[in-house]
Amino acid sequence: MQGKTLYDKLWNIHLVRSDENGSDLLYIDRQLIHEVTSPQAFAGLKMNQRHPRRPSASLAVADHNIPTKDREKGIDNPISALQIQTLEENCKEFKIPYISMEDHRQGIVHVIGPEQGATLPGMTIVCGDSHTATHGALGALAFGIGTSEVEHVLATQCLVQKKMKNMLIRVDGKLQEWVTAKDVVLTIIAKIGTAGGTGYTIEFAGEAISDMSVEERMTVCNMAIEAGARAGLIAVDQKTINYMKDKPFAPKRDDWESAEVFWETLKSDADALFDKTITFNANDIQPQVTWGTSPELSINIYDKIPKRNPEYSNALTYMGLSEDTSISDYLLDKIFIGSCTNSRIEDLRDAAKVVQGKTIADTIKLAMVVPGSGLVKEQAELEGLDKIFIAAGFEWRDPGCSMCLAMNADRLDDGERCASTSNRNFEGRQGQGGRTHLVSPVMAAAAAINGHFVDIRETN
Amino acid sequence: MEKVSIIDGVVAPLDRSNVDTDAIIPKQFLKSIKRTGFGVNLFDEWRYLDHGEPGMDCSNRPLNKEFVLNQTQYKKAQILLTRSNFGCGSSREHAPWAIIDYGFKAILASSYADIFYNNCFKNGLLPIVLSEEIIQQLFLLLKEQPNFNLKIDLENQMIHGASELSIPFELDSYRKYCLINGLDEIGQTLKYGNSIDDFELKHKKNFPWLFTELEV
Repeated sequence: MQGKTLYDKLWNIHLVRSDENGSDLLYIDRQLIHEVTSPQAFAGLKMNQRHPRRPSASLAVADHNIPTKDREKGIDNPISALQIQTLEENCKEFKIPYISMEDHRQGIVHVIGPEQGATLPGMTIVCGDSHTATHGALGALAFGIGTSEVEHVLATQCLVQKKMKNMLIRVDGKLQEWVTAKDVVLTIIAKIGTAGGTGYTIEFAGEAISDMSVEERMTVCNMAIEAGARAGLIAVDQKTINYMKDKPFAPKRDDWESAEVFWETLKSDADALFDKTITFNANDIQPQVTWGTSPELSINIYDKIPKRNPEYSNALTYMGLSEDTSISDYLLDKIFIGSCTNSRIEDLRDAAKVVQGKTIADTIKLAMVVPGSGLVKEQAELEGLDKIFIAAGFEWRDPGCSMCLAMNADRLDDGERCASTSNRNFEGRQGQGGRTHLVSPVMAAAAAINGHFVDIRETN
Repeated sequence: MEKVSIIDGVVAPLDRSNVDTDAIIPKQFLKSIKRTGFGVNLFDEWRYLDHGEPGMDCSNRPLNKEFVLNQTQYKKAQILLTRSNFGCGSSREHAPWAIIDYGFKAILASSYADIFYNNCFKNGLLPIVLSEEIIQQLFLLLKEQPNFNLKIDLENQMIHGASELSIPFELDSYRKYCLINGLDEIGQTLKYGNSIDDFELKHKKNFPWLFTELEV
């Protein structure tokens, strides 16, 4: 019998029924909920007099609109405040576990899921947020859904889905020093394009992926959606299992033993068939900077910005860049270290290593570090990372999505140029007219010190 | 959901690839807790010259006259013609809500991002996939004849235009069935309540830790 991919296995374990027309009913183990994409789902339930099938299979937290400073003063914007209040009321009414803004565990939904052990290997996980792909790093089938589907999962604990095709992306060999998971995933997106993974679930494998920590794997899977794939996956190994140990909601005692046995099966069979396989050599991967208004428009730090052509013309104009120049020629205005891509403790440690004992360039108007969760923040403070950042001139903020999408007060002004560790450089993403360059935490940190992008390998 | 059968209307050309959902409906409008009212802010940053915020009276805002939807003949367009990977990026269902609220009933593109494509069907918006060649032909036709109507026949999966223009299109049978009948998908799934019960029992036996109550 033909071997199965990890995706095939996860699908089969959760298959409730199949229809003759090819759509399947898939059971969902965990739904993560945030304030932006859920109010209309709860309103739909109420309108149709329906109830959540398993309220405690969901976990809710507000993250998108949350202020990252002076939180005790409350939320200025009345529309943001209403959205968060609506989430609180809905969770109360429908008995959905909710982590409030005042709770020290509050944070970005994709950071706190794994951190709390609320997302586990082998689960099906959904959230009304495209970066749900992050949790695939644990060997879980995790993907973003729309609000109608949020309502569907609340009401039925299931989703009607068509199975995607299987894609394998191998990253063989070792990464160079200072080349990070972010550079790996940006390189992959630059190669296959933002629609390269459309219709596929991507499994990431190879030595460079195995060598990564679980947090680094989350950075890779997080951006699977930027390559068009709703879900990214990485096989479970001992690192995954060690990571889950002692997480608050991870299985305990006998359950742990059984879970461990099951989790060890969560890998593709050696003879599994993939519809498409793409291989990268880790040693060829260089520190990346995006120059355009799509995550696929990324170059090696030392490469020249491409020539103006019809395809690139809008992006060059919007970004205020000239063809054939170096990305390091342009002064930066703001630095953002944060987001569900790069706001975990290892990201902050890496960035702190670069800024330690240095100060940010005078031309930088604002450099901010926004930890992914309250627990990440506490751990960083325990290690003294906050002091390193503050001494260098960074602002040390409270956890949330912040300037990744600028739904709160943190944003770029018109024409401002930003080195950002987030995941999207679309026009207006970080503020209308704002210019976003996506980079790794160490590249963002080095850019803050120099006032412009530099090759991290040459300055450290 | 309203039933979909024939869509007959003006085609507006949006000649760009990779139109992302941040462009379709910028984040500041996602603070709303309703499903309606997003139409005036569809493509907000391209459509207006100032910075839009929720609650603004859009009838007084300065328009970007270059933008396609600000041209008189497209104000009442019902069909949006665009290029590849439409709706990429964020999963926000506010994107199809805004497109529908503006008055569009169908989109013609060579490809869509998966989540966006899925979200359209939940709201009775028909995203049709056509080959890049046909999309290119339609853009050329629109250049020659800016006021251009198409009639989409969902039942027969055909698009008809002037001078005997006929284009067939593919569509998943379940999705078509739901659109034509205006079906509530949750209601459909709830019919399988017994299958879900049975599955849940088996799943709980195999993986009891997945059913631990999250006590926060």
